[in-house]
Amino acid sequence: MTPTLKISELTKSFAGTKALDSVSLTVEPGSRVALLGHNGAGKSTMMKIILGLIPFDSGTVTVCGEAPGSPAARAQVAYLPENAAFHPALTGQEQIAHYLALRGEAPRKALPLLERVGLHDAARRRIGTYSKGMRQRVGLAQALIGMPRLLVLDEPTSGLDPVSRRDFYALLDDLAAEGAAILLSSHALTEVEARTDRILILSGGRMVATGTLADLRRMAALPVSLHVTARNGHATEIAAALPGAIRTGGDLRLSIPQADKLETLARITALGSKVADIDVVPPSLEDIYAHVSRRDGQ
Amino acid sequence: MIRILATARTEFRIALRNRWVAISVILMALFSLVLSAAGSAPTGDLGVDRLSVTVASLTSLAVYLVPLVALLMSFDAVAGEVERGTLPLLLTYPVARVEILLGKLLAHLAVLTLAVVTGYALAALAAFRTDPASLAGLPALIRLTWTSVLLGATFLGAGYALSSLARRPSGAAGLAMGLWLGAVVLYDLGLLAAVVADNGGWFTTEAFPFALLANPADAFRLYNLAASQATAAAAGVGGAANTIPLWQSAVSVLLWPLLALALATAAFRKVTP
Repeated sequence: MTPTLKISELTKSFAGTKALDSVSLTVEPGSRVALLGHNGAGKSTMMKIILGLIPFDSGTVTVCGEAPGSPAARAQVAYLPENAAFHPALTGQEQIAHYLALRGEAPRKALPLLERVGLHDAARRRIGTYSKGMRQRVGLAQALIGMPRLLVLDEPTSGLDPVSRRDFYALLDDLAAEGAAILLSSHALTEVEARTDRILILSGGRMVATGTLADLRRMAALPVSLHVTARNGHATEIAAALPGAIRTGGDLRLSIPQADKLETLARITALGSKVADIDVVPPSLEDIYAHVSRRDGQ
Repeated sequence: MIRILATARTEFRIALRNRWVAISVILMALFSLVLSAAGSAPTGDLGVDRLSVTVASLTSLAVYLVPLVALLMSFDAVAGEVERGTLPLLLTYPVARVEILLGKLLAHLAVLTLAVVTGYALAALAAFRTDPASLAGLPALIRLTWTSVLLGATFLGAGYALSSLARRPSGAAGLAMGLWLGAVVLYDLGLLAAVVADNGGWFTTEAFPFALLANPADAFRLYNLAASQATAAAAGVGGAANTIPLWQSAVSVLLWPLLALALATAAFRKVTP
């Protein structure tokens, strides 16, 4: 399958400082890729280069087989900027109708699009009266125009409430199922963890980690945490069987290396009915992210 | 073409909501009526019809007012998009920068045309009421109308260029006012001073006509006054109108809008969001 987005050895400097240093990545059709990194790590710069808004120094970038920013590429790419802004004097419907016309689509599709992002009732009100979350949804509606092959979303869920966030990721799932490639940046690691296929971590302009969540867990080799609940009165026996466990009342917490997980679990199950419950908590994306960023000296 | 028209429709809607349509129409109507009322005293003596006299006065009015309204509407065109943060998204759409500018130009020109036509029509009606012979001045009025629109297009283009160069609305507003003062007021004063200092030398005979043609506002005035029978009724630059062939001022009036648009496009291309 030809990748929708292919970047190799991309380098970009601003006044001598490297914003992106030899970054390579590919995004396949139908995949949802999350781009993580601190503020200033180079996420927005990379997005702007993919969109053809700013030039780059060296490397190659192909978007849907075309040069970034070329008319053919722009026709197939949708963008949702961080803090989407629109002219306050226009209504949501008028703004979307305008964007539809620019993409050569019928302006009457504006209402169904706004309905899809839950803005149907406010469609005829001026955007100046909208809340931040509503503006973000207008931004999302315009990104859905004309079946884009690549969606570039810069912190798409900022300003959305939890329910809207879930609806938003459901929309993304539909788009990905139709074959669209999605590249999104976010600081909300817990939602990214659950709703994307692949994770890229940028730090100081370099790609410091890339892969699925499982790949990253293996690579980071962070300890797994076990949470054992003892049946009444058996906590002491269990604590004796699990050296290193921290006991609070009937609860025991244990942090073990990834490699020892199965062996430790076998020992716990061997304790039989003395154990009431076990929870295995793998390192979260937040832990991995903190680990990778710290290693990189951030 | 669809993209240009879509941009124009949206921009016209914005101009309507921002009260630009109302402001410019009322401004032109008010000034035109005031002019035709004030100019009603010296009638008959000049041997020309009322409307021709009105056209001569309207020419002097338009040379100040049309560039002013055009610059006021256009200074925000690019800088405003930059400040609102709407430009990056717009530029990711499959629309060329020149198409964006043409769309804005079309909308702003429509507003300006509406204002100019309303103002001039009111002045013409006033002339017809007092002098039935005003029909003779109708060609001059029509000429004034289309040249005013072209003058507006020139300053709209210049406004877009300044808006792209400044990238901030406040800076663009300052530049626009500077251009208006320079092109419409100070330029003529400078020429006058040069002519006086030169005392009939090379500058007055050779350079002065070209200096007039090089300024779109002066070319507009020259063309209208030279073509109109009412030259006698106008003072100042009108005197020079007789020495410069009509086609030269016409070429200047026609070329300036294209030149201004080319400048605006070049400046807009340099804007990185």
